[in-house]
Amino acid sequence: MNAPTPPPKKRWIGQSVTRLEDLPLVTGRGRYAAAVSFPHQLYMRVVRSNYAHGRIVAIDATAARAAPGCVAVWTGVDVAHIPPIEFRPTKVQGLEPYRQHVLAQGVVRYVGEPVAVVFARDAYQAEDIADLVEVEIEPLPVIMSALETPGEFAPGLPSEPTIVRKEFGDLRAAFHDAHAVLELELKIGRHSGVPMETRGAIARYDALRDVLELHGATKRPHPNRDMIARLLGRSPSSVHCYECHIGGGFGVRGELYPEDILVCAAALTLGRPVKWIEDRRENLMACNHSREQIHRVRAAIDADGRVLGFDDEFFHDQGAYVRTHGTRVADGTASTLLGPYLVPAFRAVGHYRLTNKTPAATYRSPGRFESTFVHERVMDAIAAKLGLDPVEVRRRNLIPHAQMPYQRPMTGLGSPVVLDSGDYAAHLDKVLARVGWDELRAKVTRRREAGEAVGLGLAYFLEKSGQGPLEGVRLTVDASGAVELVTAAASLGQGVETSLAQICADGLGVDYRTVRVIHGRTDVIDYGFGANAARVTIMVGSATHIAALKLREKALAIAAEDFLEATPDMLDIIDGRITRTDRADAPTVTLAQIAQALAPAKAAAKGRAPGLTTEGVFECTQSAFPFGAHVAVVNIDRATGGVCVERYLASFDIGVAINPMLVKGQIAGSMVQGLGGALFEEFIYDADGQPLAVTFADYMLPTMSVVPDLEILLTEDAPSPLNPLGIKGGGESAITAVGAVIAAAIDDALATPGAVRQLPVTPQRLRTLLKAGIALPA
Amino acid sequence: MSNEIDITLEINGAQYPLRVEARRTLADTLREECGLTGTNSGCEHGVCGSCTVLIDDEPVRACLMFAVQAQGRQLRTVEGLAQADGQLHPLQQAFIDHHALQCGFCTPGFLMLAVSALERNPQIGDDELREVLSSNLCRCTGYQNILKAVRAAAEHMRAPAAKPA
Amino acid sequence: MKPGQFTYHAPRTVEEAVALLGEHGGSDGRIIAGGQSLVPTMALRLAQPAHLVDINGVAGLDRIEVIDGELVIGACVRHSAFERVVVDGPLGVLLKQVVHHIAHYPIRTRGTFCGSIAHADPASEWCLLTATLGARLRARSVRGERLLTEPGFFEGMMATALAPDELLLETRLPLLSADTRAGFNEFNRRPGDFAIAMALAVYRLQDGVIVEPRLGVGAVEAQPRRITAAEALLDGQPPTPQLFAEAAALAAQAVEPLDQNAETADYKRDVVRAVVARALAGAEGSHE
Repeated sequence: MNAPTPPPKKRWIGQSVTRLEDLPLVTGRGRYAAAVSFPHQLYMRVVRSNYAHGRIVAIDATAARAAPGCVAVWTGVDVAHIPPIEFRPTKVQGLEPYRQHVLAQGVVRYVGEPVAVVFARDAYQAEDIADLVEVEIEPLPVIMSALETPGEFAPGLPSEPTIVRKEFGDLRAAFHDAHAVLELELKIGRHSGVPMETRGAIARYDALRDVLELHGATKRPHPNRDMIARLLGRSPSSVHCYECHIGGGFGVRGELYPEDILVCAAALTLGRPVKWIEDRRENLMACNHSREQIHRVRAAIDADGRVLGFDDEFFHDQGAYVRTHGTRVADGTASTLLGPYLVPAFRAVGHYRLTNKTPAATYRSPGRFESTFVHERVMDAIAAKLGLDPVEVRRRNLIPHAQMPYQRPMTGLGSPVVLDSGDYAAHLDKVLARVGWDELRAKVTRRREAGEAVGLGLAYFLEKSGQGPLEGVRLTVDASGAVELVTAAASLGQGVETSLAQICADGLGVDYRTVRVIHGRTDVIDYGFGANAARVTIMVGSATHIAALKLREKALAIAAEDFLEATPDMLDIIDGRITRTDRADAPTVTLAQIAQALAPAKAAAKGRAPGLTTEGVFECTQSAFPFGAHVAVVNIDRATGGVCVERYLASFDIGVAINPMLVKGQIAGSMVQGLGGALFEEFIYDADGQPLAVTFADYMLPTMSVVPDLEILLTEDAPSPLNPLGIKGGGESAITAVGAVIAAAIDDALATPGAVRQLPVTPQRLRTLLKAGIALPA
Repeated sequence: MSNEIDITLEINGAQYPLRVEARRTLADTLREECGLTGTNSGCEHGVCGSCTVLIDDEPVRACLMFAVQAQGRQLRTVEGLAQADGQLHPLQQAFIDHHALQCGFCTPGFLMLAVSALERNPQIGDDELREVLSSNLCRCTGYQNILKAVRAAAEHMRAPAAKPA
Repeated sequence: MKPGQFTYHAPRTVEEAVALLGEHGGSDGRIIAGGQSLVPTMALRLAQPAHLVDINGVAGLDRIEVIDGELVIGACVRHSAFERVVVDGPLGVLLKQVVHHIAHYPIRTRGTFCGSIAHADPASEWCLLTATLGARLRARSVRGERLLTEPGFFEGMMATALAPDELLLETRLPLLSADTRAGFNEFNRRPGDFAIAMALAVYRLQDGVIVEPRLGVGAVEAQPRRITAAEALLDGQPPTPQLFAEAAALAAQAVEPLDQNAETADYKRDVVRAVVARALAGAEGSHE
């Protein structure tokens, strides 16, 4: 038995190498869904409800069908046989009746709900034809708030399908023994991912292979494929999903929507490829919303500011239907309300309620932007109540390092909540040192005393990354030495190819630029669980690492046996060439030659399996928990309520950074999204349920001019023990704490603790706070 | 189609004879009729800037023009930035070097916007640069690397072509 | 979001353009110049003109000239033309100061000054400027040419005294004397957005007091207008911060802001107060 090969040197992991993905994207050769076209394709255009709630009295498609270029018009009756869109497996009972059909079946429940579809040869024409479809709706009363007493979703079905509950410890005793009890009501506004590319789906039926193709699918190609197959009555292997270049996902792209099923059904029925490209107005009213929750939280504290009991009742505004995530966002909120803090007694009661708004689901850091706002507002409230320094309050409540890994006595998304690694207090110290906290605190206070409405805030957060159950990859070196890594990963634009190539390259011993990474396809790999929950680098990366080490071992064994007079432990692979480590002048052999030696006939002659190829599987059902803290300085224009973010620091401990530049890119991007949720973005509705933010004029994304220079502190102090490389996921990294830190900084600028209870803090809301007799500095 | 008009567009120095409806936007025409899919359509109502192209060297939102209006003008799109031999424009290289793109959807619009800004004023100051770059939306990068990349490219483009030995 | 069908016309002369408008003007036909406001409404199908008269190819509409004490701005002059000083004196400086608030540069390379005037969006900076300084506007139709004046031109939200088949040929702004002080201020959520409120303050100082004050407020009501009560307060007074604050408070009371979901009337009054005070301060500081 050969001695185990030593672990490879890290040549690529940890390096900020440039991305493999970039060249086509900077030269205009990106192939996003809108660029996918097939001969004789039809364009689909969706006719959507103009009412937030109503009974469909009649749909008159006569004029539409008679219009030039109209190939078909479908209404609810034409697709009534297609089952409603499923949600992920869940232990929660009774959600099935709340699913959405691909076209409304007699009732509409949100403005934007698909009611009919038209098919034409040209997108402009399709829109003309869609305008001719007359939909008569009898309006019904609307429910526009999750705080309202639940009504009826349908006869016999309440608009509160379930309540999420989590509890541990002796809450009664905690509140009984408390030195003080704090109560807060907090609101997070409805907003969402809003990628720059709208959704798109192109379906084609390949009669030659009896395969239904869906192009534009992403995020979770295999589970999506399986659902499409079930809904349309096909075998999973006869459905292939193909990823295009993706213009951002953020959780909202890549779940299955009615439009995805409709293009597939149409391709099968109409016998022609069917293309659907969403426009922006549709996107803002039909793509998943998120975040909207109201929390009524009570905290029992001791005289030192430690939380003895945390009791939160919250109201989750799910919108009109249960979408593909079921209750996961509400569950995720409940299970992360305690963040990085040590709390002996806890209860969360989450009212999962349907309203007549666009349905909601996950958006980057789902449930955690919300729960972080809540727990950090509580920390700040403790500080105010007891006259303590807010930083000190965090210190007193953070889980001590000695208790890691720390298990909370509850489940989150069905799994135990075990915080894997991290010295939270030490990290806090690093952040404070980096920002020069004491001096900064003094400086801001002096400026405020001199009359400026300037404030400093801090927020600590715990993130969650990686989600099982497993991922597998196949790694092959071909006869030319080219390396191909086939994964079930999905790219959302985050640089997944580069990170995986770096991991593969270090494991195998090649240049990362020689690794081709295949992702987003269901026809070349059988299973996969997608790109969400910041899981790709962890899950697929770990599987890649395992495969790379296995392939390296295989190559070295053959090199030793067939080519070089050595044992594997004397050999190393550098840039694809196998060399002896003990002698400089010895003969070498390339991976290409090894691959050639494993050509089928030669391999069979020696009783070996053909091909220099291997598979790697990584199983892990636990999440890894990165963490960090944000610090912000804001300056308020008292007269208008305008907020200027003068300074911002975001820290993040990622365990191990495969590519620091890419991680920092995720931090920068997610921070700005967080800023959007803190100050700018909101899906507002009027009393009748009409959405008011349906263009970019009204739904305000942050622009460069409102973003501060971002300081990033990226640390690798707490590798995860859960995977061979020690990595945690960075995909959701800095969005989580932005709402909380901006709120804290604004409170400080107003010299009014607890002033901010609602996000986004629009100028008007801030003016209201200023005017409501709140004390201002002289 | 009842309303089709014959036009010829000059794009990146090449002639594209086309027949399009008057209502066909320049953005859609570039993508569909001309096969130049580098210019992306992010909102179709002139706010996001993903569709920015150059018309006589000035940045224009292609979704706010009809193709028929672009006849007789010199159009430049992202496909024309690199040299014929594949050598990248300094801005393109800078975007790669500084990780100024993630999903890449807004990238062509930013590249054309930045090209015009730097060509118009190679000495452009930082404040003015930020103001110009604030014209376009990005959802992935958080903007800071885009600014870094454009600054770096501006420096590179200002540097003398031949360096002393 | 594709526009509906329309017949496209590209006249080469004003006569042709006017004749086409005569034939198709009204709800049936629209002029397109910059298109930066029109095309989005067409994309959203809020506007579906059957005819589009493109005046970008009409000769002679792109002039900026000083004639008899007025700055004449032709129909096709782009916003971006004002990014350099087009005329000596405070007017040129003011135009250059204001133009940077109009959307973003790529919009300004296409959008036109006169297009904004004819479109009459309440949040248009040029409309505020025109309403505050006063203007003469030359328009032509098949019935002939006429000179309109502001005040009297803006009639409401997106409504002007132009007939549906009338082409606005040029806007004439009065030149400002060398000792004129002018200040502009607007507040919006993000630079480049439509303003929540905007103000333009113009006056001269004579013997240490304000004379000929003009104070215009825009974006909060259906159309921009001069706030005469605030002007009366300023007239003949020394320009102190307290005076400016009083004038700002008066202006905030005088306006009747449109109440909207995103911004209430009360909030808009607060912002009016801020922008008026800042515009006045800017005017005071504008004179070297």
